[in-house]
Formats: sequence, structure tokens, C-alpha cells
Amino acid sequence: MRHDVVRRWISTIVVWLCGLSVVVALVPLAFILFFVVSQGIQALNWEFFTALPAPVGELGGGFANAIVGTLVLVGIGAAFAVPVGIISGVYIAEFPSTRLATMARFAADTLNGVPSIVVGVFVYGIAVMPFKQFSAMAGGLALGIMMIPIVTRTTEELLKLVPPALREGALALGATRGRATLTVVLPAAAPGIITGVVLALARIAGETAPLLFTAFNNRFLSTDPRQPMASLTVQVYNYAISPYEDWHRQAWAGALVLVALVLFCSLLARFATRRLERLQTGH
Amino acid sequence: MTTTAPAPPRSLTTVVPPARSVSVESHATAIDVDRLSFFYGQKQALFDITAKLPAKLVTAFIGPSGCGKSTFLRTMNRMNDVVPGTRVTGKLIVDGRDIYAPGVDPVALRREVGMVFQKSNPFPKSIFENIAYGVRLNRLAADTSAMNDIVEESLRNAALWEEVKDRLHDSALALSGGQQQRLCIARALAIKPKILLMDEPASALDPIATQRIEELIYELRSKFTIVIVTHNMQQAARVSDMTALFWLGKLVEFDRTEKIFTNPAEKLTEDYVTGRFG
Amino acid sequence: MLRRLRGRDLGFKLGTGFFAALLVAIVLGIGFELWRQSMLSIEKFGFGFWVGEIWDPVSGEFGARPFIWGTLYSSVLALVLAAPIALGIAIFLSELCPARLRMPLTFLTELLAAIPSIVYGLWGIFVLVPVVRSFEQSLPASLRALPLFSGPPVGVGMLSAVLILAIMVVPFASSVAREVLKAVPGSQREAAYALGATRWEAIRAALFYARTGIIGSLILGFGRALGETMAVTMVIGNNPQIKASLFAPGYSMAAVLANEFAEAADDLYLSALIEIGLVLFAITLMVNMASRLLIWQMNKPVRAPRAARLPVGAATAGGAA
Repeated sequence: MRHDVVRRWISTIVVWLCGLSVVVALVPLAFILFFVVSQGIQALNWEFFTALPAPVGELGGGFANAIVGTLVLVGIGAAFAVPVGIISGVYIAEFPSTRLATMARFAADTLNGVPSIVVGVFVYGIAVMPFKQFSAMAGGLALGIMMIPIVTRTTEELLKLVPPALREGALALGATRGRATLTVVLPAAAPGIITGVVLALARIAGETAPLLFTAFNNRFLSTDPRQPMASLTVQVYNYAISPYEDWHRQAWAGALVLVALVLFCSLLARFATRRLERLQTGH
Repeated sequence: MTTTAPAPPRSLTTVVPPARSVSVESHATAIDVDRLSFFYGQKQALFDITAKLPAKLVTAFIGPSGCGKSTFLRTMNRMNDVVPGTRVTGKLIVDGRDIYAPGVDPVALRREVGMVFQKSNPFPKSIFENIAYGVRLNRLAADTSAMNDIVEESLRNAALWEEVKDRLHDSALALSGGQQQRLCIARALAIKPKILLMDEPASALDPIATQRIEELIYELRSKFTIVIVTHNMQQAARVSDMTALFWLGKLVEFDRTEKIFTNPAEKLTEDYVTGRFG
Repeated sequence: MLRRLRGRDLGFKLGTGFFAALLVAIVLGIGFELWRQSMLSIEKFGFGFWVGEIWDPVSGEFGARPFIWGTLYSSVLALVLAAPIALGIAIFLSELCPARLRMPLTFLTELLAAIPSIVYGLWGIFVLVPVVRSFEQSLPASLRALPLFSGPPVGVGMLSAVLILAIMVVPFASSVAREVLKAVPGSQREAAYALGATRWEAIRAALFYARTGIIGSLILGFGRALGETMAVTMVIGNNPQIKASLFAPGYSMAAVLANEFAEAADDLYLSALIEIGLVLFAITLMVNMASRLLIWQMNKPVRAPRAARLPVGAATAGGAA
């Protein structure tokens, strides 16, 4: 019947269109990676990693302050976000029917959706304005706030995946609920949680907007949390919108470092979870 | 029990098939299976099945779980095509054509050979729309009044019309389990297949709903060829004219239902039917 | 002995609950702080803030309509562009993809989502914008006469912003849509196949079942586009004007915050900017809530409407009449 033939053709066409959409989406990815690598690799050298930015207009200089800055900022953020995220995730997983758990889950989802620039504005209000200066503390706080919901959600989901038999075993031996969770359930979920934390770290290391007016920028190498601090992302931004060719090249190099970091963490996450699970459970 | 002298028919178990006046020999063959084997990748699931299923009668497939009866059922409308890595050798002839020959369109086949599943799976639409779906897909209704007629006829055939005729546009998911299953039967009947395959259609239902379905199957066989998979021997005895016993992917015995349950030829059949294993 | 145990359990609950409460407090704090800091601007300008078209910090005139326009224009168009592609990817990866390709392709689409927005912005400025510029320049004069394509072909502007936003939204929306499609029970597709459906028709049945979740995933992508800052500000031109043309430079709420916040000298300026932040917060909040509600609806068991729960006798009585 002709109608059947038409239906079959439509089905084939649609299937091909879906495949095409995958290609269409991957083309920009290929483009971006190509440019980042080809442009960035030119400016990537020892000086890039060890030198401080050269004075405006001069050639040379590097990103040492920015790289150190990002590490410090991510460190501050993680110090704040990891405990808060994990412990609140534990609460939501352990007492899911309480009103607080519903509110906390909703809050985590909301926080996840808040634009990063808005978080920056918030932190400006509470940590920059009162002290009348930009600081790494404020920048780290902003990054931490962005990191919390990711860690919370990861922790909650992974705790739920742990078979209840594990917890019941601990309780049957006389452990309190808290002890059972902290010594048995949480360690069982640890590989996944660590993976989630690593991915969250990679995500906030790539954030720019919340740092623009919290940590601001610093042309010198600094590890003082009370002073403004440079970061890989903000420096790339500043260099990119500047009129200097040399700075544009260095911006590409900075972008390459960022992408390499993200790629590394994603791959690490994929393979490490499987490895750690195999170590723990033996299969 | 391998005597050759005709023994008086007696029931070996509590299963008592009702006396039937139907003469199987007078029915044409609806499905002709010729040395059919089925593979999931490397693993063989069906071994050289050969049988002739008569038309306008009910054939039941029985056997312990995992013995291949559902797999075999699904080869009859090529539903296994949807699973990757499956392979079929041998022939399965419906309406004079081997459905596994190259060039056969499974989509057109499924219009002739309909299927009802173990767990009812109505679409999240209204009762009317569920039935209209297959009709529209296959362009079987020329206009709205033809569609309405088809919907009513299908629901009557499935013994559901009286219960839902005032709420055709309510959600199908609001129906009870038994009603949903009858709706799925109506949906399958709406595209007017010649053969209806039923994969444990009542196993998820309570006894009253099950009885309704069994009565329905009995009525339907005057219009359709029905092949039903069931793990419930009593059900097979109640409802079917022919019974096939499967075991580990092989067809052990295929004969009239009364014979299978009172005087089977194979020891394996007798053992299964008397409950010695299963 | 039992009471002491309960005490320790209570300690556990309180200890962990404190951090959960902290999480809630942070979100409430953001809303409150933004509200508090924008009071100055709200009191001064009132509702006119959102109607006014002039944004001139020098003279103290603050009208935020250009930013709303820019944000909505770019995000809506980006969604329109991204939706079919995201859906196509979701369908392909969940239904059509050969098993061997599934993991690498999924990994690649997730990689697209993980690239920092500053990298998108950098690529946008130096690669995308020149391409867009030459495209704009190559457009025949007949098309350029249309309001949609009018204006000087500078490259930076709405078109670049829309393109880059679309690229960023696609992996986001498609991964959520894919999860939603995976949750559709296989029996729905089987039912369609058994009625003689083609592959596409069976997928359509699954799409129908998952329709609320899929819309939810698209709205989630929309929310992402609304809040995107760096990539947009680097390619949109940062010009607070309201034009219909795709070629025109524009501005968005997030972009103006990124550009002008650090420079805001006086309190009113700052407060006006924070008010924009407040509204951005509120809009993304509502969009995200709506999308989560829709996606959550997918997981709810379907409940029969009350009429269906009448006793059997009543139903048949109605039928007999």
C-alpha cells in the first residue's frame, strides 16, 4: 500500500534527522576544541606558568598569579561547600519525609539554577561592601555557594543507592543511626561522592561571573585571603577584551588550561568511579 | 504411561477440560511453523519448532517459566525484531507467506497478527483515543462516523462497551486492571487482525477479571485465530482447543487439549501435567 | 539505655539538620539581600524602572527595558534553535543509538556542557563573530531591507548571542530530555509496535507519554539561557538599545551586571543594578520551579479521577439505563 511506503520513508528520514542533530551539536564542539588547542598551544610555555603578568603594553608575562589564584579560590570554596553539601545531603537522605528535607531539596535545586552573576551580586553585598574591599574570601564564598547544591544532590542520590541491608546490618549490631550512617553508609557511597566533588570542583574552577566583583583581580601573586585575587577565568576575560594581540594569545592559552582541566576531571570521574567501586565491592 | 491400547479418557489431574464438539481436522492452518529456531546472539532459545496451528481456534502454549513459550509467541508477529542481536532460522508461514523471508514488512505483518501483553499497557490517552490510535495509524477509518463505528464494535467484541460507553473520553488509566486489559484487547481487535496473540493476558488480574477474560477468549475464537501463552494449566484446559507443551526451548507435544490433559503421548507431558515438575 | 540512644540519634538529626537549614538560609538570604539592596532604586523609580528605555548612569536615568528585551529576545530565539536539536539528540541517544557508540557520544555531549562559559565567550569573540560578520555582510540587499536583518553588519549583536546561547543550551536540555525518555516504560513502545507502528511512530508514542517532562527539559534550558553571562557579554555588543534586528548589538540583564557592577560609583547606580539582579533571580527562580514541576509530574503515579472510583453497582446501573 502506498500509505505504508510513505510511513516507512518518514520513519527513515526522522531517524536520520536525529542522527544529524547529534552531528550538528558536535560540530561546534570540534570547532571550539580545535581553536582552543591550536591557538592556545602557541602561547603555552614555561613562562606562561611561572611568570607574572607583564606591565600593560609589554610583551611576555604569564599566568602564574591567576593559576595560583584559582587554586586558592577553589580551595576556599571547597572548604566551605564540601562539608555543608555532604552533611545537608546526609540529612535529606536520612530524613526525607521531614519538612526541612523538602525545603532543603527545593533550596538545592533553586540554588543550582541561580545565575552565577547573581550569586556574585549577593556575595558582594555581604562580603565586599561591609569591608569595603574585594577579597579572595569573598570570591571563595561565591564559588562555594555555587558548589554546595551539586555536592548536596550527589550525596543524597548516592546515599539512596546504598542497599538498606548495609545500614540494617550496622543497626542490628547496636549502632545508633548516626553511627550507622557515618561509619557504614557514607563510606559505601564515598567513591561516587568523591567523583561528584571532583566534577563540582572542575565546574567552579571554570566560573568567571561570580568572581568579577568579589575576588576581582590581582596583578601580583598573592595568597592572602583578605586581598583581591587573580583567577584563571577572570584574567582570560580581561585579556580577551583587551586590545593587545599578545594578551589575546595568552588568553587562548589560559582557555586551553581550563579545557584541559575540565577534560581531565571528566575522564577521571568516569574511570575512577568504576575503579573505586571495584576495589570496594570486589566486582 | 506408554500403552498403545486406547485407554478410557480420564483426568490425570484436577484439570478437567470441558467436552468439545469442535473437530480440529476441519480447520485450515493459520500458522505453519517449519523447523523454526531462534537465537539471542549466540544463545539458542528455540530449537527446531515444527507445528501447524489451526485457524479460528484457541491454541495454548504451556510449560515452565523460561521454556521459550513467550519467545515463540513473539516470533509470530516479529516483535523480537525490536530486540537487537536476535536471529531466526526456519520458516513461519502465515497466509501462505513465510514472514521471515526477505522483503516482508514487519509493520504490515503486525496489522494481520495482533498482540495483547501480560501487563496491560494502555496509552495515557482517553479510552476512545486508545482504540483510535491503531485505526488512524493504519488508515482504516474514512471519516468520523466510521471511526465511531469501529470503536464501538471493538469495545463490544471485547465485552467492554456497556461499561464504558458513557465515558469514552475519560482517561484509560482510570479503568480497573481488568478493564484496562479488555481495552488493550479492544485496541488490538480494532485493526481487524486475523490472528490474535496473547501473552499471559490474565496473569496480572484477580480471579473475577480473569474469568471475564477467559469467557471473552472463548467467544472470540469464532472470529479470530487465538494463540495464548499461559503458565496456568487449568486456564489452558478451560479455554483452549489445542495445547502445546514447551520445555527448554523445544516443543514437546502439540495436540488437542483433551488429549494433552487426559492421555498425553509423551512422558514429559504427563509429568508436567500431573505436577511432577514445573 | 534506650533514652540515651535516642538522645544520640536526636543529636545526629539536629547536627545534620543544621546544615540543611543553612542551605535554606542561603537561598532565602540571597533573595532577602537582593531585595534589601535594591530598595533605594525601587523607591526612586518604582515600576517605571521596567518601562523606561534609557539607561544613562551619568545623568542618573535608569530604564531597564533594553535589558529585559535583550535577555528575552536572545533566550527565546536560542531555545527555538536549540529545541529540535536537543530533542533529536535525546531521541537518538536513548532510542536509536547503537550500543557501542552510546557511551562516547554521551560523553561528548556532556563535554559540551562542561566547557566553561568564558571559553565559549573567547571562541565567540575571535571565531564566531568574524564568521557572523562575513555572513551578515554577504546577505543580499533585498534581505537586508527587512527589519529583521537591518543595520550595519558588525558581527557582534543578537545573532552571535543567539547562536552561542543555542550551542550552550543544547547539551543541557538534551541530557534532561534523555533521562525523561529513558523513564518511559518499554511497554508503551511495544504496544505501538504491536499495532503496526513504524520506528518513528513508536518513538512518537514514547514522546507523547513523556511530553510534560520534555517540555520541562526545554524550559530548564531556557532558564540556563536567561542567566548566561560571560559568553553573552562578549558577543552581544553591550549596547542598551531595543531593536528588532538580529544584527543589532544589544544587552542582557546578566551582561550589564557583569560589565557595570564593578564601576558603579554611586549608591543609586549600584541599587539599580542590584534591582536588575533581583529580577533576574526571580525570573530564573520561577522558570526553574516550573520546569521541575513538569519533570516531577512525570514520576507521579497516575491517579484515577474521582468518578472512576464509584462502586461497581452504580456504574452498571448507569449503563443499563
